[in-house]
Amino acid sequence: MNKDTPLPITSGIHSEAFLKRLMRRQLRLSVSCALTFLLVLLGLPLLNYFAPELMARRVGGFTLSWLVLGVLFFPFVWAIAWVFIRRSIALEQEEVVDGLAAEKALCESRETKQP
Amino acid sequence: MNTDPWIFGFSAVTVIATIWMGFRSARASKTAGDFFVAGRSVSVGWNASAISGEYLSAASFMGVAGMVMSSGYDALWYPVCYACGYLFLLLFIAGPLRRFGAYTIPDFAEGRFDSPLFRKIAVVFVLCIGFVYTMPQMKGAGTTLAYIFPGLPYWAGVVLVGAVITLNVALGGMKGITLIQAVQYWIKMFAIAAPVFVLMAVYGSYGKQLGGNAAVAAEIQASKAVVRSETPSDLPQPAGETLRRALPAKAPPDASWMNPFGPLTTKAAKAAKVVDPRPYSLLYTYSLIVALVCGTAGLPHILVRFYTNPDGVAAKRTTMWVMILIGVFYVFPPVFGVMGRNLMPDLYEGVGSKGTDKVVLELPRLLNERMPGLGSVMSGITCAGAFAAFMSTFSGLLVSMTGALAHDVYGRMLRPKATAAERMRMFRFAAVGVGAVAVFLGMQVEQFQINFMVGQAFAIAAASYFPFLFLSAWWPGMTMKGAASGMLGGGVTAVLAISMTSFSDLGWVPLASFWIAHPLLRILGEQPAIWAVPLAIFLMVLVSKLTAREIPTDIRMKMLVLHAPEELGLKQEYIQEHQHGH
Repeated sequence: MNKDTPLPITSGIHSEAFLKRLMRRQLRLSVSCALTFLLVLLGLPLLNYFAPELMARRVGGFTLSWLVLGVLFFPFVWAIAWVFIRRSIALEQEEVVDGLAAEKALCESRETKQP
Repeated sequence: MNTDPWIFGFSAVTVIATIWMGFRSARASKTAGDFFVAGRSVSVGWNASAISGEYLSAASFMGVAGMVMSSGYDALWYPVCYACGYLFLLLFIAGPLRRFGAYTIPDFAEGRFDSPLFRKIAVVFVLCIGFVYTMPQMKGAGTTLAYIFPGLPYWAGVVLVGAVITLNVALGGMKGITLIQAVQYWIKMFAIAAPVFVLMAVYGSYGKQLGGNAAVAAEIQASKAVVRSETPSDLPQPAGETLRRALPAKAPPDASWMNPFGPLTTKAAKAAKVVDPRPYSLLYTYSLIVALVCGTAGLPHILVRFYTNPDGVAAKRTTMWVMILIGVFYVFPPVFGVMGRNLMPDLYEGVGSKGTDKVVLELPRLLNERMPGLGSVMSGITCAGAFAAFMSTFSGLLVSMTGALAHDVYGRMLRPKATAAERMRMFRFAAVGVGAVAVFLGMQVEQFQINFMVGQAFAIAAASYFPFLFLSAWWPGMTMKGAASGMLGGGVTAVLAISMTSFSDLGWVPLASFWIAHPLLRILGEQPAIWAVPLAIFLMVLVSKLTAREIPTDIRMKMLVLHAPEELGLKQEYIQEHQHGH
């Protein structure tokens, strides 16, 4: 991109609109993954607090709470990470397509203005 | 009890092999640039192992088991949150920082706000958190040496290990080479898993061992009966041996050990003789979770390795493998804690380096009574793993702290005109200085649990780095003054609160009766994250709003570089603009 021709930027990847959209979509993905995870992580102490009998129930020697926290929590975190990684790779590809399309549109609009 | 040749042999081989590999690869790659460029050809599998190897410190290897043994259920939050914090790092911080191309926190601090001053503040924090984080590694070193050489005092072990690693770093070995870190992960993984499987085969599975801690006496009887009937008759059974040995008076009783809100989280409230300690305990638990999750996400040295991937997709695939590798690892240390409670309860009576922190090292030796020799080999393997753990973490910390001192403090602040040779010499002096301070600090902390100390280092990181990294990456309105005041406000108050409780436990400040009278304050002082993280965020937002005119002028470009896909090539454009003097 040529810096010496400061044209008024309407769209294109340098526009505020493109950045806002980009960050909003990324943040939405990250926050929804984080909320799923926090719901379980922060909910477990509450369950321990309000339903101690349930959480102390024995499952093959473990208490339910110990089984969840000491063993099952790790696969749960893997599942969230896997979903996030898959979606963020897809999102990034969309963003590349988006960005290139926006740039192309911007160039075309410039060409029509400056014949 | 003399030094066991097996244990000594395994440990010595690990130490010598690590140092040898360090010097060999240090000769192959001379400069930091070499290291990073060479790193870019690293495959996903090696890279994931290397990140995991760097991640698992003495706290993960020895501390988690020791704390599960001493405190039971509540200690499980540590391994879970160490792994979960990595998820937070992935969700919010890793992507933007990778695209921005900042290798260290000071790099990011300067690049994001165009402020050399802020770089200096960040350097101070790197050093502070680094020192707090070296203390548990030193405790791990002292504990391990005191175990290998019975009779050797704790401080001598700290000095010996500290001196060896410091010398190694000062002479140029151990530059965080991918190969070494990756191999160390597999040493640690093997060293924690193999003894667990052998122990479980001989003494009963994880669930059965936990079942031994039934809260109701009748359940204990039942599980004992089950175990007796299932014990293979061909194994020599010492007389009177049951699933568990008698617990000494110091050990927490079954009910509070097995269930949430046990000795770790209720200590302050119990000391104050509060009628119902459970609400205090819940608060403690939440504060601990915040500290560990946000603190892990704020640990800067982990981020560096994200750059050794060829592209963003490879970086993400690597991260997935890292989550799996560290998650699998963290299932094992608590098993040692559970078995230690049943089979080696004498450790409850020990203090300092003779206490529960050495359960990982000593427990496998029990196998000697069933199969002479096997226990020594297994114990040797866990000792080798412990060496791998504290050597890798301490060297990594020493390299980054020494680098900060030699490069930033000396090379940029004190003598900007220093030649390369002078800087190299300064690097060596700084390494010796940092190593000496770390050894001195490590000698003071014998009575604290390894894991507890790491938790506190994480609380400080959570109150300073995490809000800074998170807001800088996602909020364009942040200013340098906002970031600095939040980091200082959150970080310094967290350090003060933690010091006041720890110094009181060490007997340096006479606050013991005050803490007993105010259990709530004691909890908030010992685990400050629950108020310090919001405080830091609040300060950052408030001061940034007040100084909104000072938002960097090219903020939109910076945010684009942080968030736009690398394929759009904005990074190169940004660098070019900066070189043109913007």
